[in-house]
Amino acid sequence: MLVIRRELVEAMVAHARRDHPDEACGVIAGPADLGRPERLVPMLNAARSPTFYEFDSADLLALYREMDARDEVPVVIYHSHTATEAYPSRTDVSYAGEPDAHYVLISTRDPERHEFRSYRIVDGAVTEEPVQVVESYMFSHTGVDDVPDAR
Amino acid sequence: MAVTVSIPTILRTHTAGEKSVEAAGATLAEVIEDLDANHGGIKARLVKDGALHRFVNIYVNDEDVRFSGGLDAKIADGDNVTILPAVAGGRR
Repeated sequence: MLVIRRELVEAMVAHARRDHPDEACGVIAGPADLGRPERLVPMLNAARSPTFYEFDSADLLALYREMDARDEVPVVIYHSHTATEAYPSRTDVSYAGEPDAHYVLISTRDPERHEFRSYRIVDGAVTEEPVQVVESYMFSHTGVDDVPDAR
Repeated sequence: MAVTVSIPTILRTHTAGEKSVEAAGATLAEVIEDLDANHGGIKARLVKDGALHRFVNIYVNDEDVRFSGGLDAKIADGDNVTILPAVAGGRR
């Protein structure tokens, strides 16, 4: 299951809408020991294409160096599909190289309603997982409505 | 020529979980052969039909080897070789 803060979901969707009809892409890094998405890093789609996305190779190296220095891992790797459903394509699966990451797909094909789905992709096998959107990770074991009032 | 090679998560099954290993060679091809001799199977994950696999990026220091000779890229003593999975995909 992907547990993720609402503001991060909204930021990814906003990024996908902004770059539409090109595919948008990025990463949410998080502490290696917690595996929790915390730091959103929107990436440039070097392919600038409505049907393909690719991190620029120099940007990719800089991103991984930065994550290493901060003891972070890519917890979420996201991209948008702008004319098809939010399901990993064959290309997505063949490239998926982070077995511990949550692969988030956002579809912007409908201008009014987006689709937001998350997957694990390991050794070519795609497994969809539930997404729990929370206001704060501190209370993520409870439902949003159960969060006690902050004092 | 001894170099340090950074191994991405997906290839650490070949290095007993190690994030970085030592290897030797005067070109990237030689470094990969040396890696494969000590970490069996890793070459097949990096090279296909005599060229670098499109699913991986390999850097010598800060340079993507695609722009510096690919498998023929020259390696100097003390260089850092970094292997990263390309992050790409899309509808097509």
